[in-house]
Amino acid sequence: MGLSLQNLHKSVDGEIHLSGIDLTIESGSRTVVLGRTLSGKTSLLRIMAGLDRPTRGAILVDDKDVTGVSVRKRSIAMVYQQFINYPSFTIFDNIASPLKVAGMPRDQIKKRVMEVAKVLHLTGMLHRMPAELSGGQQQRTAIARALVKDAQLLLLDEPLVNLDYKLREELQTELQEIFRQRDAMVVYTTTEPGEALKFGGSIVVLDGGRVIQTGPTTQVYRNPANLKVAEVFSDPPINYLDCRVDANTLTLKSGLSIPMTGHLKGLTPGRYTLGVRSNNLSLGRRNKLDMELTARIKLAEINGSETFIHVDCFGSRLVVQEVGVRSARIGSETSVFVNPARFFVFTGSGDLVLSPDPFHQS
Amino acid sequence: MDKWEDNRAWFLVLPVFIIVAFSAIIPLMTVVNYSLQDIFGPGQRVFVGVEWFKEVLSDKRLHEALVRQFIFSGLVLLIEMPLGIIIALMMPKKGWGASLSLVMLALPLLIPWNVIGTIWMIFTRPDIGLFGAGINALGIAFDHTASPSDAWVTLMLMEVWHWTPLVALLAYAGLRAIPEAYFQAARIDGASAWAIFKYIQLPKMRGVLTIALLLRFMDSFLIYAEPFVLTGGGPGNTTTFLSIYLVKVAVGQFDLGPAAAFSIIYFLIILLLSWLFYQVLQNVGKGEA
Repeated sequence: MGLSLQNLHKSVDGEIHLSGIDLTIESGSRTVVLGRTLSGKTSLLRIMAGLDRPTRGAILVDDKDVTGVSVRKRSIAMVYQQFINYPSFTIFDNIASPLKVAGMPRDQIKKRVMEVAKVLHLTGMLHRMPAELSGGQQQRTAIARALVKDAQLLLLDEPLVNLDYKLREELQTELQEIFRQRDAMVVYTTTEPGEALKFGGSIVVLDGGRVIQTGPTTQVYRNPANLKVAEVFSDPPINYLDCRVDANTLTLKSGLSIPMTGHLKGLTPGRYTLGVRSNNLSLGRRNKLDMELTARIKLAEINGSETFIHVDCFGSRLVVQEVGVRSARIGSETSVFVNPARFFVFTGSGDLVLSPDPFHQS
Repeated sequence: MDKWEDNRAWFLVLPVFIIVAFSAIIPLMTVVNYSLQDIFGPGQRVFVGVEWFKEVLSDKRLHEALVRQFIFSGLVLLIEMPLGIIIALMMPKKGWGASLSLVMLALPLLIPWNVIGTIWMIFTRPDIGLFGAGINALGIAFDHTASPSDAWVTLMLMEVWHWTPLVALLAYAGLRAIPEAYFQAARIDGASAWAIFKYIQLPKMRGVLTIALLLRFMDSFLIYAEPFVLTGGGPGNTTTFLSIYLVKVAVGQFDLGPAAAFSIIYFLIILLLSWLFYQVLQNVGKGEA
């Protein structure tokens, strides 16, 4: 049961937007689609909605082929990046619009609208016009309009991307609560690893129009199948260090050797790429097992309550994520500490060999 | 030092002030000056107060011209606004079809106004004009130089041909500015094409349509060159609009005083009506994005 996409392809004017997509979404599940801009997230959602026809492949809903079925005949609700509401309707009429089209009796419409408005904190502004509300309230209206239908499939295409940081956090938390209480299939796209982790459920990682990994969200975060997934699912992108393993030593390009203990034990000789997330790098020693790398500071970005320090370490660009606002002297030499227990190990062609023990990850 | 810097700011405003003075304030004040005096010749003028205003306001021919002008502008708006919107809705959204239709629409707007009059005068001539001779050959008597109704039909055809493209171009720009997501959302809701037009496209086009309406009203209310060339205000006085009548008074009869008073009244009518249109359209669209 649920929604299933079979070998889906979509190309527009010779440009491939999606290729070879095979996905199954269980009814009542929550799925987050993670991918960078132009990875095909919106194309995928539009096909799921029935707004676009795939070039090849089939879409099944509860084992019935609905590939050519018009969007009007499907049970779908969608929320967009832009705040889409009817400009000449009040908030009440906006939320009520799908029910009116469906021909529901007036008193029932009122009841349903009031319920949904309460969930989304819109009760006090039902008589106002969309343009009189803030961006956050406009998007709440659009979400309310999607929820009021009780559609089988609820699609959200980066719904919070145009909101400011504070509102985004607020709505992220509220939406989790709202989705948990519903049995619709929810599909939510995002470019942000943090948002994907918050959303939980299961994840579909898209890149270049292909699905590169699926699975429970936290599991994929801990075990990215390859370098690409690790890159997309880390913010800032995961850092790489090339290394060589012979007999019993692991040697970095800088000449530093690392003891092969813990999860690194038993690596067969050869060339590998080590991956380490920025929050596992620090400018100060945090653990007695920490290994020290010498690097030169290139850039320090202050990002809210964190500082991203970009350093050059023997030709590799690393980003160190430090808590708090730090100042760093550009061009100066520094030590970067990392615990080898937190290394992901990828083969030369980018496939995951080893991931750190989850209890050592943060 | 501070003082000097403050004064320098006036120099920055000066160019605009000079341009506006020469383009608007000085000519307008000259007209006000003329409207209050009786001028016999250079240096010979008598202050007459509001005499000319009284005379002009009781001029029967002016009343007729004003009524004619309202009928003309009313018809222009009634035909051109809906027609422009319909054309914009039917235009292709992209590809060579879009470019072609944009060029086709822009063509009438590129022709000087008096040339438009000349083109249509020749086009509708009953003896040699393609349209005039053609329609007569079909057995329908048509002569815009003799029949008032034929003159009006010709004028309206020319006006609609000339200016509907402007409305269509503005409406098209307004339509293109609506994000695609609105149409998708409406399709998901199951909205009909009429509902999409009424509740999404029309409200979203309100801004550009207000501009189109104001431009078309003001331009059609001031129309001069095209009817002057096409019919010269005739036959009789049946196509003598306000500006044609004004020129007859000012240049034909050289009555500068009444002509100036007339100009001021004309100006105030346009100002008042434009303000009214603007207010109404703003209020209708209150609270919309």
